Amino acid sequence: MTHFPWLTILVFLPLAGALVLYLAKDTGARLIALAVTVADLLISIPLWWWFDPSSSQMQFAETAVWISSPKIHYKLGLDGISLPLVLMTTALMPLCVLISWRSIETGVRNFMAMLLIMEGAMIGVFVALDFVLFYVFWEAMLIPMYLLIGMWGGPNRLYAAVKFFLYTLAGSVLLLVGILVLYFYGGHTFDIQELSQGAYPHTMQMWVFLAFFAAFAVKVPMFPFHTWLPDAHVEAPTAGSVILASVLLKMGTYGFLRFSLPMLPDASQAFTPFMVVLSIVAIVYGAYMALAQADLKKLIAYSSVSHMGFVTLGLFMFNIQGIEGAVMQMVNHGITTGGLFLCVGMIYERTHSRQIADNVGLTKPMPRYATCLVIFALSSLGLPGTNSFVGEFMVLAGTFLVNKPAAALASLGIILAAAYMLWMVQRVAFGVPSHALLPKLHDVSPREMAILAPLVVLVFWIGLFPNPLLTRMHASVEKVITRTTPPTPATAMQRPDPLVRPVQSETSALGVMPQLGEGEPLSFTGVTPDTPEVRQP
Amino acid sequence: MTAFSPSDLLLLLPELLVIAAACVVLVLDPVLPSHLKDGLAWLSLGTLAVCMGLISSQMGHPASAFGGMVAIDMYACFWKLLLCAVAGLTVLLSYSYLKEERLYFSEYYAFVLLSLCGMMVMVSATDLLAIYLGTELMSLSLYVLAGLKRTEPRSLEASAKYFVLGAFSSGILLYGISLLYGATGSTRLPAIADAVAGRSLDDPLLLFATILLAVGFAFKLAVVPFHMWTPDVYQGAPTSVTAFMAVASKAASFGAFLRVFAEGLSGLRTDWSMIFLLLCIATLVLGNVVALVQTNVKRMLAYSSIAHAGYALIGVVATGRMGASGDSAHGISSVLLYLALYTFMTFGAFAIVAMLRKGSLEGEEIEDFTGLAKRQPVAALLMLLFMVSLAGIPPTAGFIGKFYVFMAAVEAGMTWLAVLALVFAAVSAYYYLRLVLVMYMREPASITADSPRLVLSPTLSIVLACAVAGVVIFGIYPDPLIQLAAQATLPLK
Repeated sequence: MTHFPWLTILVFLPLAGALVLYLAKDTGARLIALAVTVADLLISIPLWWWFDPSSSQMQFAETAVWISSPKIHYKLGLDGISLPLVLMTTALMPLCVLISWRSIETGVRNFMAMLLIMEGAMIGVFVALDFVLFYVFWEAMLIPMYLLIGMWGGPNRLYAAVKFFLYTLAGSVLLLVGILVLYFYGGHTFDIQELSQGAYPHTMQMWVFLAFFAAFAVKVPMFPFHTWLPDAHVEAPTAGSVILASVLLKMGTYGFLRFSLPMLPDASQAFTPFMVVLSIVAIVYGAYMALAQADLKKLIAYSSVSHMGFVTLGLFMFNIQGIEGAVMQMVNHGITTGGLFLCVGMIYERTHSRQIADNVGLTKPMPRYATCLVIFALSSLGLPGTNSFVGEFMVLAGTFLVNKPAAALASLGIILAAAYMLWMVQRVAFGVPSHALLPKLHDVSPREMAILAPLVVLVFWIGLFPNPLLTRMHASVEKVITRTTPPTPATAMQRPDPLVRPVQSETSALGVMPQLGEGEPLSFTGVTPDTPEVRQP
Repeated sequence: MTAFSPSDLLLLLPELLVIAAACVVLVLDPVLPSHLKDGLAWLSLGTLAVCMGLISSQMGHPASAFGGMVAIDMYACFWKLLLCAVAGLTVLLSYSYLKEERLYFSEYYAFVLLSLCGMMVMVSATDLLAIYLGTELMSLSLYVLAGLKRTEPRSLEASAKYFVLGAFSSGILLYGISLLYGATGSTRLPAIADAVAGRSLDDPLLLFATILLAVGFAFKLAVVPFHMWTPDVYQGAPTSVTAFMAVASKAASFGAFLRVFAEGLSGLRTDWSMIFLLLCIATLVLGNVVALVQTNVKRMLAYSSIAHAGYALIGVVATGRMGASGDSAHGISSVLLYLALYTFMTFGAFAIVAMLRKGSLEGEEIEDFTGLAKRQPVAALLMLLFMVSLAGIPPTAGFIGKFYVFMAAVEAGMTWLAVLALVFAAVSAYYYLRLVLVMYMREPASITADSPRLVLSPTLSIVLACAVAGVVIFGIYPDPLIQLAAQATLPLK
């Protein structure tokens, strides 16, 4: 393993870029922002290959003492859970800069600086291995996001910005208390890995779980705490919506997976029914609300609530399929929903309306655009061959093993997703366009194609070859699962059976897929029973 | 009691220098031709710089002077350095501010210095009477400073109100001191500590003494329900004086207050921590909630400073509660750290308010900040940083301060207090962020010559640079300050 501080560069290059921006004029600022985000992407890509999939350890780790008393470290590292999320972030950011190329006309430098600060903070959240450091990154992105929505947003931006800010802040202050309590119970350390190995009293776990829940559930957002999301999405500029949907929401589920599950295993088990119910409600309610939306961004926002419900559902199944499916789904949702928001942003630049009724029949005038839109819509509803199918299928498979009624109810979400997405596609892509709009509807420019094409490629690439991704997250996910299922003799006896046997049927079910695609046989090493033994940390 | 020795004077050299400079300023003021009067500001500044050098050199050598009346220990030096720095910033800010306001009083600097001297005595005194003397010197000078805008009724009202309530609270403090003397037979803090050890508040004399002392200090700290004077005084006083009061007088009062309670009344910790717990909760709730509805920035910052005293009190309460479970020094050092970090952000915010001009008037309404980001992006960015820091959002100094205070609370087993305080920190974010919203997200109706704008000057730039450096550097790398605060608490055992 290399000792070069890759992760530090990944985090601080965008932050440095945000400062350098101010030396340039507006046009230069766009170029610098693009250069910095692309450079960050290029730096992150080799990590994919250098990453050792067989290890559940933190890789590319860096440690330095940050504050001496109490010991707070500047500690970064990547494991199989954070790697895909970091790559997703670095991949999306250049697209966010590109989509804002023309649509942002005022305060370009400030806008680009906010994007870069967000990028640094978001990557920081995913790679931080010290709880205080994590919290600093987690909170540091509030202000740039607040300004992004409030300064470049739609007509109702002030309300949306304040609502976003207060909701997320109110949630995360409790997280801080939880962190402090863990510090004193966990042997006076903020080290995330050490804290993940401690044994904590049951009552304390329950309280800290609730504190974490407040922070993470607002971010995800889970059902009763989701109301900031449609407002923020609708009012935010396109790049802001993409960042919100694709990365910010993942921070919530990442938090559950990184902290709640391994640090508070007993409480996580105890709260499972509660989490499952909320997830199901989010899946069905989000989908149901999406059906009723006339605004494209609102529709996608509610579909996010629904899709993120799958993620939280998968996480609290405590089995390989559920959790790996959840992580897959996090990445997939980032790609697909990011793509959808980018599509909406493009059409908004042309017609200045996000209403479905104002944007009908785009296939004729904008064939390439419509193709991409349909691809993302199909991916969003989980068509086999696209990325979301893999994630949602695994989550459902994992849920089915543990909780059949929940799986049945969650499947409703997929049916509803098909309904709202296809209905939207039917109107937007295949309606009859109004003549007044036709002159404005020129097809996607090369710049816009450059934005959509990578995401389309990712949709199919993950849809057809999910294996590389699953291999990389496998060891880390298993480590979480060992933590959440205490190694008492009873569970140790039970565990391999229900987890492994149905997996074979799943593999065979997925084995049908190659016919749809390139014909390359799929092997889900992530879920095959050949690695059932569990790596201890 | 040991006799006075001339070497004691050497230990008090910083205080003596400050007094001498104040006298020189007072004497030279009527004599100097008007174009040389600026020199008096520079004289004051130079004195403060020399003082800071002297204090730094005293840091490693704890000593006691005047038969145990005054201690020159790390604790005193920490506060004195902070206070001198604040006074220096005040002089720099006032230099521009007084010109803008056309307040040509060189006595101004003399009173700042005298008040500083009072504060320095407060934080190094180990005798209740010396503390009282310091408090009075500080307060009397501040009464005059608050009323310096002689032609403005608001300023006079502020001064009168401050004087009446200040005198009242000083009386209460003195009453408490005399009762404590009656109960313990001494005014020396170490002697009181010995006398109090093992006793409880069942003794009515001790009970009344403690309560009266607590109330007296609560007035000076502007803690609810003894905060009534704060908004009016902060709003009416010249803004540079408000900044000085909000930061230095609060810091000095905390310095003396902690010494009296954590050292002198150490034996009664569990009892007095109960009193401050109630005050702390009331302060957090009322300070933050009332700040929500303010439309005047100075008033909003006044309530914010009340709320911040509440956060600092958490550390005090934690100190009292931490007996067997934790290290009580953590509680005290968190208070020191909090106030040191609070200094930068509050002073910076007040500096911007002071120099924001609408025509020839001060632009102190929240509305006056509308669209500042468009006209003066740097000023708006600085204000944004100060607000974010006051709201306690990382990576700024305000977060570090809150973090340590809450940590002390959790360590003392009062997680619920941390939760409560954090909920109100989220509430406070609303009013701090409202200023950001106004600056960045609202367009001014029209820009005229009378539109509010920040009047820049070299001295203001220095003040803002210091404040923002403190907010950012200590937000990212607070370690040196944390260690300094930890060392400073060692003498209070």
